[in-house]
Amino acid sequence: MITFDEVTKRYPDGTVAVDRLSLEAPTGEITVLVGPSGCGKTTSLRMINRMIDASEGRILLDGVPVEGIDPPTLRRGIGYVIQQAGLFPHRKIVDNVATVPYLLGWDRRKARDRAMELLERVGLDPSLAGRYPFQLSGGQQQRVGVARALAADPPVLLMDEPFSAVDPIVRTSLQDELLRLQAELNKTIVFVTHDIDEAIKLGDRVAVLRVGGTLAQLADPKTLLSRPADDFVREFLGHDRGIRRLQFVPTSGLELRTDLAVAPGASGPDGEPWHLALTPEGRPAGWVPRDEPERLERYGTFVLGRDSLRSALDAALLSPSGCAVAVDGDGKVVGVATRDALDRALAEAADG
Amino acid sequence: MSWLTSFLGWLGEFFGDPANWSGPGGIPARLTEHLEFSALALALAVLVAVPVGLAIGHTGRGQLVVVVAANLARALPTLGVLVLFVLLLGTSSIWPVIIPLVLLAVPPILVNTYEGIRGVEPELRDAAYGMGLRGGQVLGQVLVPVALPLILLGLRLSAIQVVATTTVAAYTGLGGLGRYVIDGFATKDYSSVVGGSVLIVAFALVVQAAFTLVQRVTVSPGVSRRLKVRQPPARKENSR
Amino acid sequence: MGSGPPTLWEWIARNWDTGRADSIRNLLLDHLVMSLTPVLFSLLAALPLGLACARWRRLYQPTSGLMNVIYALPSLPVFMLLISVTGLSQTTVIIPLTFYGMAVLIPAVVDGLASVPDHVRQAAVAMGFTPARRLLTVELPIAVPVVLSGLRVVAVSSISLVSVGALIGQGGLGGLFTRAYQNPFTPPVIVGIVLVVALALVADGVLVLAQRLLTPWVRARRPA
Repeated sequence: MITFDEVTKRYPDGTVAVDRLSLEAPTGEITVLVGPSGCGKTTSLRMINRMIDASEGRILLDGVPVEGIDPPTLRRGIGYVIQQAGLFPHRKIVDNVATVPYLLGWDRRKARDRAMELLERVGLDPSLAGRYPFQLSGGQQQRVGVARALAADPPVLLMDEPFSAVDPIVRTSLQDELLRLQAELNKTIVFVTHDIDEAIKLGDRVAVLRVGGTLAQLADPKTLLSRPADDFVREFLGHDRGIRRLQFVPTSGLELRTDLAVAPGASGPDGEPWHLALTPEGRPAGWVPRDEPERLERYGTFVLGRDSLRSALDAALLSPSGCAVAVDGDGKVVGVATRDALDRALAEAADG
Repeated sequence: MSWLTSFLGWLGEFFGDPANWSGPGGIPARLTEHLEFSALALALAVLVAVPVGLAIGHTGRGQLVVVVAANLARALPTLGVLVLFVLLLGTSSIWPVIIPLVLLAVPPILVNTYEGIRGVEPELRDAAYGMGLRGGQVLGQVLVPVALPLILLGLRLSAIQVVATTTVAAYTGLGGLGRYVIDGFATKDYSSVVGGSVLIVAFALVVQAAFTLVQRVTVSPGVSRRLKVRQPPARKENSR
Repeated sequence: MGSGPPTLWEWIARNWDTGRADSIRNLLLDHLVMSLTPVLFSLLAALPLGLACARWRRLYQPTSGLMNVIYALPSLPVFMLLISVTGLSQTTVIIPLTFYGMAVLIPAVVDGLASVPDHVRQAAVAMGFTPARRLLTVELPIAVPVVLSGLRVVAVSSISLVSVGALIGQGGLGGLFTRAYQNPFTPPVIVGIVLVVALALVADGVLVLAQRLLTPWVRARRPA
């Protein structure tokens, strides 16, 4: 656990970057620091591994004040990932990843083996190990940056806007990869971003900081979206926070209709304008209008229980029938959430 | 094309004369002298300029020294500095000549070493410290390898400069290949002037090629293919 | 001060304008001509060659290789070799200095044009500039600072290099160095060094001023 205890950073010219910040980053969770530029989020992060020293207050690492630890020793026990990856251009990828193990005096062979293992772990082809950083794409370099930070298996990982320099598609896949890794590794991660969507997607807890380095709110993403502490947080969250909150509402409670899904060859129930035609394997084939039984229209699906209400709503909006198709993990149809069912779920979400 | 025939004639005369191949005034001896003086001056300049350049680049303190050195080195006339030192210190040893050679060789190395270290991208420095490297490790394991192309450029420019200044220094009594040119000119022995000049030019080109080779071998392919160093506009010093 | 060797100031006063070719004043003028002519010629040569290298990148590799070789040639032997062609004249000094200047300026022109941001170039194309007009009114002005900083190097180097020409009797103020060495006497060396450095500083200052006037936007962007 990382504890900020009344931490202030004041520069010699008098500017205050961080102002009496107190917060905890619990072990095994991702704590995201988010806020506009000038809110001191990066400064706060860099005070943990003493890239910057706090002016007042204390930062504790599992109860031990970091100010008492020799900075290089401290840093070798904390993974550090930065925006431009910061890979050493003169070293091959495998040696970049093995940087900290080498520093810790590991046997060269063992360090390289560990590096190869990590490259695979972060989703990189082992054949890239012998390349130099300039031969890799930005997204690949960033993965190497994460692998390098994990090389000595540090319990704590600091990530300073690690995904903000790559394009949105790559960013999404890097975020998914991080969540997948975290599910296996359970590191204590402090993650800095200016992107509130990234904060909500990745964070177990999100700390919103305001300019001047004060904490505006510390909460889990769902609470943050449903009960912002003040106008600053509300504005920072943006206009569609109501919609985004739905991504934390589960679909397991949705009422489903099974009569609208119809096996191949059979006809739909009477009185319904649409029915869902199934393939022989029980997967959705398309929506069939009552008047034109030969037509197949677009459909949208969500995985029942795993996907959020936001996904279910999205699936409903994608099909002309206005209903969302619930499927199981294998893509087989479980039932159909009609607009009425969705309406009732939305009403419940609004109350909660 | 009469000048070409006389030129070739002089060359034949110079290189064909067996007297030019032996003794203290022979080509092997003069070549060795030239190499020794140049190497001595370059080595001393490296000993001074590389540590100072690394220190200033790494700490960011004392940058004014670099600016002044860079500008003064280009503006100072080498012949004038050589004559001044010899007039002030006499000719009892080679040092009155070697000292200005070293002084003029320092700035290109100093400036390029400094620029090289300074030009390393800040995030690279940041990452290095963040991984837990200590100050000396950051310098030795990251900054120097990444700045190596510029550091070696400084060495090369300095070496070229030393070879050229050693030639000029023959005027103030130093040995080396410059003797053929200076003495030959004084006695209107054009075969000596032309032969000596060709030797010096060849020597300079070999030095240039040697440094290019060293660069090929020592710079990491990860650095030379696409520099992480923000490369300042080619900084060429007064190299003669 | 009376008898004995003249002091520095007495020596200057006595030799400033003797009417002979080796008066300080005449040496200064010679020095100016021999150092500034190569600066001008190398600029005139480097502009078209640099443009050609920027336009046809394939030319650049061999050209810059050749210029690197030229730059490595020590000046004294080159002067000596040229004597058999151009004699003991100022031309013998001016020609090599012109080539040294080109060795610095051609890369400067290429780098300068490369410093034009791609979006600026694209915008000019999109607005309908013809290639020639784009070069003259957009790309060259943006390249000016890089070219001028190369020109500063060339001017200062030329001014100090001319003095080596004294060893073949054509060195401008360098003549003061050989004179001092022959009658062991220090004032001429000091005067020579000071004047050469002063000329270099003045030339450098003029070019800095020229850059400010030609490219006001550079100064506006980073106040120093």
